[in-house]
Amino acid sequence: MDGPETSIVAEQFQSLEQQKDADTLGMWVFLATEIMFFGGLFLAYTVYRIMYPEAWAEASGHTSFAIGTINTFVLLTSSLTVVLGLDAATLGRQRKLILFLVLTIVLGLTFLLLKGFEYYHHYKEGLFPGPGFRLEPEYARAALLFMCLYFAMTGLHALHMIVGLGLMSFLLIRAWRGLIRPEFPAHVEIIGLYWHFVDIVWIFLYPLLYLVDRHQ
Amino acid sequence: MSEQAVSRTVYYRVFFALIVLAALTALVAEVNLGPFNVTVALVIALVKAGLVAVYFMHLRESRSLVWLVLLISLAWIMIMLVLTFADYATRSWGQFR
Repeated sequence: MDGPETSIVAEQFQSLEQQKDADTLGMWVFLATEIMFFGGLFLAYTVYRIMYPEAWAEASGHTSFAIGTINTFVLLTSSLTVVLGLDAATLGRQRKLILFLVLTIVLGLTFLLLKGFEYYHHYKEGLFPGPGFRLEPEYARAALLFMCLYFAMTGLHALHMIVGLGLMSFLLIRAWRGLIRPEFPAHVEIIGLYWHFVDIVWIFLYPLLYLVDRHQ
Repeated sequence: MSEQAVSRTVYYRVFFALIVLAALTALVAEVNLGPFNVTVALVIALVKAGLVAVYFMHLRESRSLVWLVLLISLAWIMIMLVLTFADYATRSWGQFR
């Protein structure tokens, strides 16, 4: 009774093609809201950067260039493993798909581990906003603003990474059980879109938080 | 089959370009370019984001409806950015007379 075709296509869709289009479009609409979500923080960052340029330069000098740069390469590589995973999925190469999903998860965990290490370092240095906050008093108020924005932006990004890792683990379980069909790897496609978006957010966070005041 | 191999070659090339651009932006950050430090960093970031969106997120093969969603969201964020900056840029105008 249930042919392979009918079990893949949900009831409300006429064809597999239509279902794929709807899935992709839905994820893009979600990402459009995410652009506005992160946009507000980038806006606040830019306004205060123009208002307090010296404090911004001083405070951003405390971020770790090495960790930020390594994490940039880690995330870019994870985007490659995601598209290679999708490629393997459409070819029906189960083991390759599992390999690339595992690699993606390992790279995502590496990013979070390094980020956590950096946070710990900030905490030790007294850069965490709160009673223990200590930065040069002349800039203290504006530097506090920078650190608040820094933790809000990187923290939200890290939260998105954690969600992404959860989604990748979901894909891994489905791939392990052989539930990802080559003719319809929609989950791999749209979770991949989400992962690349989180990568793009970092592509903008990296220069703004780690690089722009390094020449001073 | 061969079409897949082509797309994989494209993925590797785009990845290589992304790595080169990431290294470039990290190196150029050491140089004082005056007012252009932020500009250069943001232009490189925009190119990287464009590469990821067009090739890794398959915008190249996407329907115009997907492009429409993306362009509208970019228009929305430009409204937010441009109007806010116009406000902050003109706040002090009356004060120096």
